Amino acid sequence: MDRTSQRNLGTLLRIVILILGLGFVLLPIWYMVVTSFKPQTMIFELPPRLWPQIWTLKNYIAAFGKDHFGLYFLNSSKVAIASTLLTVLISSMLAFVFARLRFPGKETLFYIFLLGMMVPPVMLIIPQFIVAKWLSLFNHLGLILVYTTMNISMQTFLLRGVFENVPRDLEEAALIDGAGPWTIFWSIILPLSWPGVSVVIINTFLYSWEEFAWANVAIKNASQRTLPIGIALFQSEHLTEWGQVFAASLVALVPVLVIFIIFQRHFVQGISTTGLKG
Amino acid sequence: MGGVGRPHHSQQAMHTKRRYSDLIPALIFLLPGLVLFALFFLGPMLYSLRISFFEWKIVHPDRSVFVGFENYQRALSDSIFQRAILNTFAYTVITVTAKMILGLGVALLLNQHMPGRTFFRLAYYLPVITSWVIVSLLFEYMFNGQAGLVNYILKDILRLIPKDVLWFADPILTLVPIILLDIWKGIGWAAIIFLAGLQAIPAELYEAARVDGADSLAQLRYITWPLLGPTTVFLVVVLVIGGLNAYVPFQLMTNGGDPMDLTHSVLTLMYEATFGRIDFGYGAAISYLLTVFVFIISLIELRLMRQQAA
Repeated sequence: MDRTSQRNLGTLLRIVILILGLGFVLLPIWYMVVTSFKPQTMIFELPPRLWPQIWTLKNYIAAFGKDHFGLYFLNSSKVAIASTLLTVLISSMLAFVFARLRFPGKETLFYIFLLGMMVPPVMLIIPQFIVAKWLSLFNHLGLILVYTTMNISMQTFLLRGVFENVPRDLEEAALIDGAGPWTIFWSIILPLSWPGVSVVIINTFLYSWEEFAWANVAIKNASQRTLPIGIALFQSEHLTEWGQVFAASLVALVPVLVIFIIFQRHFVQGISTTGLKG
Repeated sequence: MGGVGRPHHSQQAMHTKRRYSDLIPALIFLLPGLVLFALFFLGPMLYSLRISFFEWKIVHPDRSVFVGFENYQRALSDSIFQRAILNTFAYTVITVTAKMILGLGVALLLNQHMPGRTFFRLAYYLPVITSWVIVSLLFEYMFNGQAGLVNYILKDILRLIPKDVLWFADPILTLVPIILLDIWKGIGWAAIIFLAGLQAIPAELYEAARVDGADSLAQLRYITWPLLGPTTVFLVVVLVIGGLNAYVPFQLMTNGGDPMDLTHSVLTLMYEATFGRIDFGYGAAISYLLTVFVFIISLIELRLMRQQAA
């Protein structure tokens, strides 16, 4: 066998293995999709079907009609967008300091920030609960501030790696033209770090969109609930109405998917620029 | 990075001058981050340490009673806590190993030009972007004791089991869907990080190896694996931290420890002690034990890996 056909065979083998793996990866998601279109009477049918006999939109209508999922959806969007913007801004400002500015104690401070990567978010729930009580932050603002804080360490670490890879020549030129740190940060470093920033956006949006533990203790008012809480509560109250649970879940998946598709173009490249590379 | 010499004297002078004027802009840039970090991270961490030495009264903190290490002693001698540690440990070891191996496999398969590459990349990443709450419920439904999809496949299609398994009635079997869920959800992330690592390896190295007659196995052994070292370290550390901190899948699939408090992870137990039994001191002690443990494990991992790399 000559080299080219050997290589083609290799590629074919790869694709076959990847497709087999894909079955394992996509089966649960597919099952969720079809269940959300099954009528309630077919939820526990035997045998379970991967292609429903009857398709219905009832679950979607019911979920959004009676259980305020529309409202939860809006709440989640508000919280996730605000947390993402705030995290991008604050982490990149911190990363800029650690990558470019000089002052005594910088390294120590950086390591203190890194502590945030090691401590489990759930562990902080008790004292955060007390702080939030003290500041009356059992509301969306409380969620936004806590989500931002829990993301700062990791995202600052990633962005510092990105910023360090931006060539310094441009800044030197700007410095000579009398540009201050803010101009250098905002007009030179940030625009050149777009792939890295994309990674941060995906990470933080995902985190804030799906966070459960903190929202579960911090939000008492039913009208302020976010989607993960709404979905979990709904399931525990209507144990067998899986169709509606999955209808709501799939709608909840859409924004994350959109964000991911928009920013994924830079994703792998972005991770490479964050300094996690080999 | 760094260590690049400045070619011109004039620039060097400018740099020295800049060094002294950096403190003020640095403070301004640091301020928002520092405030948040102090208020919602550092402060809470220290406060939590304090709580862990008290029989804490949440309504009247001033009436809390100092009990020294009693909360810690209670935790360490509590069989439910020991069981939770065992569960968390088993979960972490199994899931991290599986995700590393499968993730690397997928990354190696994807790291080549072929039709549908972007599609595969997106598809394998899909479980990563689904939320924990949603997929926990999904796996609970799929592993349902009666008409569950998994039982149906095992019993009626593959004929591996004689009758339906009640996955969530047995404290050990309950871990099966929880572990499978984590592996299923985590492969894509490990693969993407590995892929980024693979793409950072210069192609010339492989060409040189090929010229020297190295087959693909030798290339994997002598180029890919050693150069992926830092990526592997990063992944192991992050995945182990994540595993030890498992919370949502345990909470939702076991309703917080069912049956008989045998299926807790450390954090579901912490959550129940704190917000279920309002035993804040005990909960804080458990979270501190976990944090110290995570910290030590991370340090050991980093050291071991660095030794290996050297």
